[in-house]
Amino acid sequence: MIWNRPMETMARKELEALQLQRLKALVERVYHNVPAYREKMQAAGLTPVDVQSLEDLRRLPFTVKQDLRDHYPYGLFAAPMREIVRVHASSGTTGNPIVVGYTRKDLDTWSEVTARTLACAGADADSVVQVSYGYGLFTGGLGIHYGAEKLGATVVPMSGGNTQRQLKLMQDFGATILACTPSYALYLAEAIQEMKIPREKLRLKAGIFGAEPWTEEMRRELEYRLEIMAIDIYGLSEVIGPGVASECPVKNGLHIFEDHFIPEIIDPETEQPLPYGEKGELVFTTITKEGFPVIRYRTRDISVLHAEPCPCGRTHVRMEKVSGRSDDMIIIRGVNVFPSQVESVLLKLGLTEPHYVLVVDRVGTLDTLEVWVEVSDKLFSDEVRNLEKIERTIQRELESLLGLTARVRLVEPKSIERSEGKAKRVIDRRKKQ
Amino acid sequence: MKVQQISVFLENKSGRLAMLTKVLAQEKINIRALSIADTTDFGILRLIVDQPDAAYLMLKRAGFTVSETAVIAVEIPDHPGGLAEILDILAGAEINIEYCYALPQKSNDKALVVFRVERLDEAIRVLLEKGIGVLKEDSVYGI
Repeated sequence: MIWNRPMETMARKELEALQLQRLKALVERVYHNVPAYREKMQAAGLTPVDVQSLEDLRRLPFTVKQDLRDHYPYGLFAAPMREIVRVHASSGTTGNPIVVGYTRKDLDTWSEVTARTLACAGADADSVVQVSYGYGLFTGGLGIHYGAEKLGATVVPMSGGNTQRQLKLMQDFGATILACTPSYALYLAEAIQEMKIPREKLRLKAGIFGAEPWTEEMRRELEYRLEIMAIDIYGLSEVIGPGVASECPVKNGLHIFEDHFIPEIIDPETEQPLPYGEKGELVFTTITKEGFPVIRYRTRDISVLHAEPCPCGRTHVRMEKVSGRSDDMIIIRGVNVFPSQVESVLLKLGLTEPHYVLVVDRVGTLDTLEVWVEVSDKLFSDEVRNLEKIERTIQRELESLLGLTARVRLVEPKSIERSEGKAKRVIDRRKKQ
Repeated sequence: MKVQQISVFLENKSGRLAMLTKVLAQEKINIRALSIADTTDFGILRLIVDQPDAAYLMLKRAGFTVSETAVIAVEIPDHPGGLAEILDILAGAEINIEYCYALPQKSNDKALVVFRVERLDEAIRVLLEKGIGVLKEDSVYGI
């Protein structure tokens, strides 16, 4: 089912004309309302009249996460606060959180794109949508919630956790669509199995899963265990939240809702745009947002864009499942972790060699983090308790910085692989499953 | 009277100890005594060898994390209560023992125990005062 057929199947030429018109309006808007954007454009020698074609988008400066932090909380808002009706925010594990604001029209836009996402999974007014993404400042729960209401479906606003109750209500209320992270879906599948809930007690048809990277193998697992269609969805709060892109039942890439977001793929090193079919970093420009628009926002997510027509009829370009990050951020139990944070702890303590590696794995459905650190001659003590004390100290520091427990393991010097170029700081064993 | 013990950090993975003993064998270094203190992740190997300085250098060159620690080797009467007597002397002087392990003794009727203690010099002094045999390093390396 296609929610907004005129928009989602628009001929490319028409779509591009619409994008250009919206892009021009956006550039005008931020130039006049957001000093930070104006200064950046002026520094690049640009004024809004310089944007005359979609190609001109490439002349505009990038926006990066640090810009968002620097202008915390409201510095990049392009609408007056009286028009902002909602804010969402990231968890802010490193310094200031990212704050994003929505006008009433932005909430409509957001509902529109999440309604499309749900329709991609076959949802309609007869559906019962169990929203098991977290509600609150996180965009997942409320984003899907409003989309489901717009669709006319029945929403069960469960939020995350409380698995027993999730499963009871899933049966009693007859949920047909499940919306949550893929790892929580797997957890629910295991609980269903353990509680021996017969499949005929469930009416589930499809799941829309996102907010963390997941593999084709994980899809097979979820589709097999839950007997549903599992759809990958993509979004980030800086752009709008869930609803930036969604797979259709063809499951051959995620359609980016291009009438609202212009995607680009760039080489993360040279920052030059790459053609369709080439792998690089995803960059988005929001062309309809009022409260918190972004121009050429660097997501750090690595993907590939494809423009060939899709059998589903949608004309919007597709992005491949995100295959990694251009920085080395990893997501562990929903927490963003950068190896540099671990490094700063080790350097601050001065106890070990700065050679370390983060080993991420999944035990059952739970992500685990181990930090391997090389012992140095300086640090080496003949006494076990001294070494164990060092392990505990590092562990405690990491826990207070990251908010999650990491197991610290001392390893022999030179046992961590050296690299000539960029050090390999992360071994992610979750990807193999 | 202070014996140089070689301590090596060993990750718990197969082949490391084999590798280490091979390095010593190649250098014709003879192991007199050894003990391993281990945890889930790593172990600390403690060695008494005939040429401690050479062993230290060779192991370091082979990429091991090595340190030298001063310990004492004490002769203990080889009968029930022999060890208790020594421990009592150290306890009387309020000297803590970090760890200890036995050393094989080839001839004579005494047992040999290696002690790592805090306040090493004082430990040597009180043991000697009580007539306990604290071995000279050369005699330990040459056992």
